[in-house]
Amino acid sequence: MLAYIVRRLVLAVLTVWAISVLSFMIIHLPPGDYVTSYIASMSSSGSAVSEGEAQALREQLGLDKPITVQYAKWMGLILQGNFGMAMEWGRPVSDVIGDRLVLTMVISVAAIVFTWGIALPIGIYSAVYPYSFLDYLFTFIGFIGLAIPGFLLALVVMYVGFAYFGANVGGLFSPDFIEAPWSVAKIWDLTKHLPIPAIVLGVAGTAQLIRIMRSNLLDELRKPYVMTARARGLSEYRVVMRYPVRVALNPFVSTIGYLLPYVVSGSIIVSLVLSLPTVGPLLLKALIAQDMFLAGTIILMLGVMTVIGTFLSDLLLMWVDPRIRFGRE
Amino acid sequence: MQNDAKLLLSVKNLRTSFFQDEGTTKAVDGASFDVSPGKTLGIVGESGCGKSVTAQSILRIVDRPGRIVDGEIVLTRADGSQTDLVKLEANGREMRSIRGGEIGLVFQEPMTSFSPVHTIGAQLIEAVLLHNAVSRKEARRRGIEALRSVGIPKPERRIDEYSFELSGGLRQRAMIAVALSCDPRLLIADEPTTALDVTTQAQILDLLRKIQRERGMAVMLITHNLGVIAEMADDVVVMYLGRAVEQGNVDDIFHDPKHPYTKALLQSIPSIDSVPRLKLPTISGSIPHPFNRPTGCPFHPRCASFMPGRCDTGEPQLKPVGAGRQVSCFLYE
Amino acid sequence: MAEFAAALEEGVVAEDRIAVATQWQLIWWRFRKHKLAVGGTIVLVAFYLVALFADFFAYVDPTESEAQRSLMAPQPIHWIDEGSFKPYVYALKGTRDPLTFKRVYVPDTSNKIPVTFFGRGEPYQLFGFITSDRHLIAVEGAKPSESLFLMGTDTHGRDLWSRLMHATRTSMTIGLVSVALSLVLGVVLGGISGYFGGAIDTVIQRIIEILRSIPTIPLWMGLAAALPADWSVVQVYFAITIIISLIGWTELARVVRGRFISLKQEDFVMAAELLGCSKSRIIFRHMVPSFISHIIAATTLAIPAIIISETSLSFLGLGLRPPAISWGVLLQDAQNIQALVISPWLLLPSLAVIVSVLAFNFMGDGIRDAADPYL
Repeated sequence: MLAYIVRRLVLAVLTVWAISVLSFMIIHLPPGDYVTSYIASMSSSGSAVSEGEAQALREQLGLDKPITVQYAKWMGLILQGNFGMAMEWGRPVSDVIGDRLVLTMVISVAAIVFTWGIALPIGIYSAVYPYSFLDYLFTFIGFIGLAIPGFLLALVVMYVGFAYFGANVGGLFSPDFIEAPWSVAKIWDLTKHLPIPAIVLGVAGTAQLIRIMRSNLLDELRKPYVMTARARGLSEYRVVMRYPVRVALNPFVSTIGYLLPYVVSGSIIVSLVLSLPTVGPLLLKALIAQDMFLAGTIILMLGVMTVIGTFLSDLLLMWVDPRIRFGRE
Repeated sequence: MQNDAKLLLSVKNLRTSFFQDEGTTKAVDGASFDVSPGKTLGIVGESGCGKSVTAQSILRIVDRPGRIVDGEIVLTRADGSQTDLVKLEANGREMRSIRGGEIGLVFQEPMTSFSPVHTIGAQLIEAVLLHNAVSRKEARRRGIEALRSVGIPKPERRIDEYSFELSGGLRQRAMIAVALSCDPRLLIADEPTTALDVTTQAQILDLLRKIQRERGMAVMLITHNLGVIAEMADDVVVMYLGRAVEQGNVDDIFHDPKHPYTKALLQSIPSIDSVPRLKLPTISGSIPHPFNRPTGCPFHPRCASFMPGRCDTGEPQLKPVGAGRQVSCFLYE
Repeated sequence: MAEFAAALEEGVVAEDRIAVATQWQLIWWRFRKHKLAVGGTIVLVAFYLVALFADFFAYVDPTESEAQRSLMAPQPIHWIDEGSFKPYVYALKGTRDPLTFKRVYVPDTSNKIPVTFFGRGEPYQLFGFITSDRHLIAVEGAKPSESLFLMGTDTHGRDLWSRLMHATRTSMTIGLVSVALSLVLGVVLGGISGYFGGAIDTVIQRIIEILRSIPTIPLWMGLAAALPADWSVVQVYFAITIIISLIGWTELARVVRGRFISLKQEDFVMAAELLGCSKSRIIFRHMVPSFISHIIAATTLAIPAIIISETSLSFLGLGLRPPAISWGVLLQDAQNIQALVISPWLLLPSLAVIVSVLAFNFMGDGIRDAADPYL
């Protein structure tokens, strides 16, 4: 058991390192660097930047050193807690990102909770009464959810809200709370605004989960231990819920780990459409402006948070499935 | 057929069919037999003859799309009253209390008969609690006792282990312990030793005999192994394609088989007395596809005593041919 | 002995009634029973026909813009003219909007232009070398670019229907190319991992896990933003394809690896080894046929995800860019909610996305169910 934990931990650390390298590489892929796009935006607004100024700027930002050195410097800074300056904003990256990262996670977790809460009962029902009318109905609805990309659903929701209610359903806070410091009232306001983004984000995952749960449970229901449980005289409800469902749930716990990156990704696009104050819109702007510190930090942070989530879900799986505890994977 | 109130279980003309898109399979097609208290009834037949479905029908746990379509299963309760199990609701309170309470079931696959994520203790205690109004502590004590009575060493430790931590023999013993935990009056054992090696087989059979003696429990032993039947059974029912084709007590069946199928089965057992270097007699042909049942007597395509015109047109019924013997064959009508 | 042979023959004749067919025939029969899957397949065939003959299905040049015709509402075909079946559209006349003083086009109900099907319209090149001027929908006695606006126009005055037809071509084929790449990567890496096991397996597995832990959209956004702005449409197209498949192969690899691992332990593989078959013979002749249907199912189910990815990226402006036309590019116009409220027809391309994704999912499910021997 300890070996398992250690292995997962090592893997997590490796993954984080790989993500950091990847994020750094991505930022440096586009030809030119921040200074080039800075010059471009300056010249489009009429002013020019001389060679000397450009060079000085580069030196100041450390952009003239070889890549590996830049990476090392960046990692060093991060480990000290200094995420650098968001060049375009002129403020420290941590300031700019601020609450957004946390909010991204809040929305993602809310979406996952919604997904599970709806998908599991439906999946169980569909497996116990396969080919029934409700089974077909749920499957059909599930498919619709699967086929509509998150951002499209967000668009439709916005459209409906706007056209029929004249309201802007985007955003995570009511106007008064946007700049306010955190308080219980603010958290309550957030909770009131969570359902729409959570549902929009969760819909696609729900369909997938229903299908997997249904097929897993169908497999388990055919196994002998279910018949033995019945032969003991258990009520049908107990037979299903206590045994095959418990076994069928196990793969799900491990899927939290992969659900998280998927949902976080989805939340980025949906945030753009619904104008949520999360990391998505920020990342897009940073990438277009080639703001290296900002974009790199965001990607790194997102990756780290998902790795942590994955690791936690592995631990959860271990706790839930005795087969893994005893070393048989 | 005896209309004896001393019988524990009396199955009359049971028919169970599976209704699928591709066709209907008559898994059990007119099986009748009786189980006497304290005695062992052996049900023997090839794979696919409907033995397991018969056991499932008795316990009313036939899987969808299967259904009992006809017949009676009369159980004599502890208070002497008689209940027709077919008429009970499969998942109703009464049937569920009988299941596991008055009738226990031991399965053929100890490997997968326990839930992989629960301890055997959890499943054992659950069974006890279900059928007895006792406290958890008492249920656990009874569980440990049950494990001890089936010969599992260190039961206080084993009760908290998972099924994959036990060997095949121990797991089967644990299965028996669960089935026995509520002191059933009838134990149905469906191929209890098929998945075990010969030594363990012998141990399990000894165990079953011992328990039967101690508790006066009736046993319905389902197997395709004639050797096990010879050793354990008092009465035997031979099944073919969902029907009982011959019945009687074990000595009569083995020494004086009447139905051609029984005769052929017995002939095909390798024996120490048979002439060396002679080809082992087998039953010609193979079991017909379930959608392709022969008309008339189901065995006639493979029967050595086939009577054309008779055996392929009518269906023989079980008729008495002596004290406690019944055969379903036109040879005896 | 004769008795035995006779009984055997009777048995075989009886079994013939439940005929014995090849594996592929069995799969096809089971697939046919799935109404949804068959329906999905038909829909997909239709989509690919459109992709193949986009110019035929469209009626004008999708890039031709006319600022004065911007954001026109859809002008539907009217089917009955004075009691008989004579489809027509109304001609448009330009007037000045009294409130904004802008020139707008409104339907002129006094002027009916007959619509013909498979009629003649503007010429185009089929497959690049066959010239034709036949279109699915054409008009008589007028120019199609001035009279047909079945789905309205976008902000630049370009006809949405024709653009949709061409977008279908791009979006549906990007999916195919991308999935082909993922398939190759997935099968090779997954196969190596599953068949050889050991250290190679561990390394590949870790790589897969790492890739799966990374949120994909930020990665894609980063990679897509890195593409130089001056690349041609085709270059961007292929770059996007490669980017998407670089992450997508992990799913297929996992499926393939899983299959190889479970197959390795099957008795028939051991039997083949004991017979002296070479490794490649075992792999290609014995193992692959038993899971090829699963691979097909997994591949089919991977395509919709790719379509959604491309649409999302292009929608954000990071994927394909104008003058390329794809569903995502078309939906870019719908980003502005205020504009959307006034011209909701801009959302129509989303129907194409939804229907194609559904169709792929149904078909893939059908294949998977039909190929699974345990159902």
